Amino acid sequence: MRPARQNSAWVPWCLLAPFMAIFLTFTAWPLIRSMVLAFEQSFGPKTTAFVGTLNFRFMMQDPLFWTAVGNTLIFTLCALLVQIPTALGLALLLNRPDLKGKRLYRLAFFSPSIVGLAFVAILFSLMLEKRTGLINSSLHAMFSSWDPDFPWLQNYVMTSLVGATLWLSAGFYMIYFLAALQNVPPELLEAANIDGASSWQRFRHITLPEIRPVLNLITLLVVTGSFQFFELPFLLYNETGGNGPENRALTAVTYLYQTGFRNGDLGYASAIGWVLTLILVGFALVQRQISRRKES
Amino acid sequence: MSSTHPSFSWGRVLIYGFLTVFALITIIPFVWMICAALKTQADFFTSRFLPAGDGLFGIAWDRLSLHQFGRLFTELPVARALLNSVFFASVMSLGATLFSAAGGYALSKFQFRGREFITTFTIGTVVLPAALLLGPGFETLYHLGLVDHYSGVILPGLAPAFGLYLFRQAMINSLPNDIIESARIDGCGEFRIFFQIVLPIMRPMISAYLIIVFIGIWNNFITPQIVLQSPELHPLSVAIFNLKGLYNDDLSLIMAGTLVSIAPVMILFLLLQKEFISGLTSGAVKG
Repeated sequence: MRPARQNSAWVPWCLLAPFMAIFLTFTAWPLIRSMVLAFEQSFGPKTTAFVGTLNFRFMMQDPLFWTAVGNTLIFTLCALLVQIPTALGLALLLNRPDLKGKRLYRLAFFSPSIVGLAFVAILFSLMLEKRTGLINSSLHAMFSSWDPDFPWLQNYVMTSLVGATLWLSAGFYMIYFLAALQNVPPELLEAANIDGASSWQRFRHITLPEIRPVLNLITLLVVTGSFQFFELPFLLYNETGGNGPENRALTAVTYLYQTGFRNGDLGYASAIGWVLTLILVGFALVQRQISRRKES
Repeated sequence: MSSTHPSFSWGRVLIYGFLTVFALITIIPFVWMICAALKTQADFFTSRFLPAGDGLFGIAWDRLSLHQFGRLFTELPVARALLNSVFFASVMSLGATLFSAAGGYALSKFQFRGREFITTFTIGTVVLPAALLLGPGFETLYHLGLVDHYSGVILPGLAPAFGLYLFRQAMINSLPNDIIESARIDGCGEFRIFFQIVLPIMRPMISAYLIIVFIGIWNNFITPQIVLQSPELHPLSVAIFNLKGLYNDDLSLIMAGTLVSIAPVMILFLLLQKEFISGLTSGAVKG
């Protein structure tokens, strides 16, 4: 489409001005500052000193940083393996044309996505409690051998975090898969059915290739989201500053937050931020290569 | 009596059973929270959902009360936090939508020098993790004297790169050039065109984006937590979390506070779920 003819050159600039004024001040400028800060050490926002590559060299031998990155990678892997199959499975079940009550199910599955992470953290901190929590008391009521003092938050840190995140986001990703499934041409599935293809074969050779763009997008969303996982572990384990028992809840962004806002070193925090950014950009590039190769 | 339903099969029973169990697991935390908010502290420890008694369905209805909600609004500063949340979410969703729509209109329907550069530069920042700007963003706010002010939370949220991208995309796809062109020939001013022709055409997109931003701001914890120190400025997300720290043993009070915080956006979502969901998936699935 050809852009409309214009009368005066200043009109688009006036339209862009409010957005750009805010964007330059609160996104572009901090972005430039973060590149400088990564080579500085700071004590709060007032005093900074240039330290060269010290932040990056220190990071390489900082055991807490590597613990945080390790926890984040494990969480990301778990999130991928749990959230995507659940979301896709629910979408496939809901996409059956003869299913009654589809809207009600969709509403139920999606509703947790509306709840903010701070509120999810409060809710799950009570639900995962020993004895009084919903999860232990329900499991004990159903299976009398279940230990009502089962230490979810104390010993099963990753399971608790992955479970809470699954509750929160399975329905969110599901609606993307549902929207993609509705675009799969029914004639193709019908033809395959007549040719005697099994339901697994139809999924593998027709549905999956058709929804691959959305699958790639969701994979990217889950990875970038999980890699920035912060509020839930930070708030669930707030008493230990977000570290959790034996630092097992410490994520990369929690560590960034701690260095920047508890220790006041915005320089080291920016250096961590850039390393995380590079890892994420690297992942996005690798994923693009893989999906391109699959298409050709 | 008619014969058995033709499409009855054990496979279908299995699917309905599975979906229903999964839906119940999803919903029960909400039910548990509502029950907990209505119970007394003693009943919280002795009953899982509602306390047993002689009332209808074997439940002691008379032991339930709205007492904790009363405490939230009289003894504790939750009313103020609720107003703060409404204020942040409305001002920021309106501002971000208006600025993104105006910017998206400029980038999609005008030709000017620097357009490609601005498009790439602004939309390119969508991929950056929010945590990267946490520290330097705070530093900027500090130097501008905006720390611990409403505007320190509001201003940075008014230029979302993702919003600019969505509106640019939507206007390329569904805003016809002829309408703008003929309005110009009729002598309509550029800003009247934007407010009286472009915005009304983009209404579905605008309402979807408004709700998405409103709910996102309502739920945001980290920005107000970093920027605001004074308790009277805190929105619900920060206020209720601080409440949990102070009243750690008062579990039904905490659940009542969480319920008060979730309910407004839940109601909003239930009323406008079609706009909300189509807005979320519009950019992703079509392309």
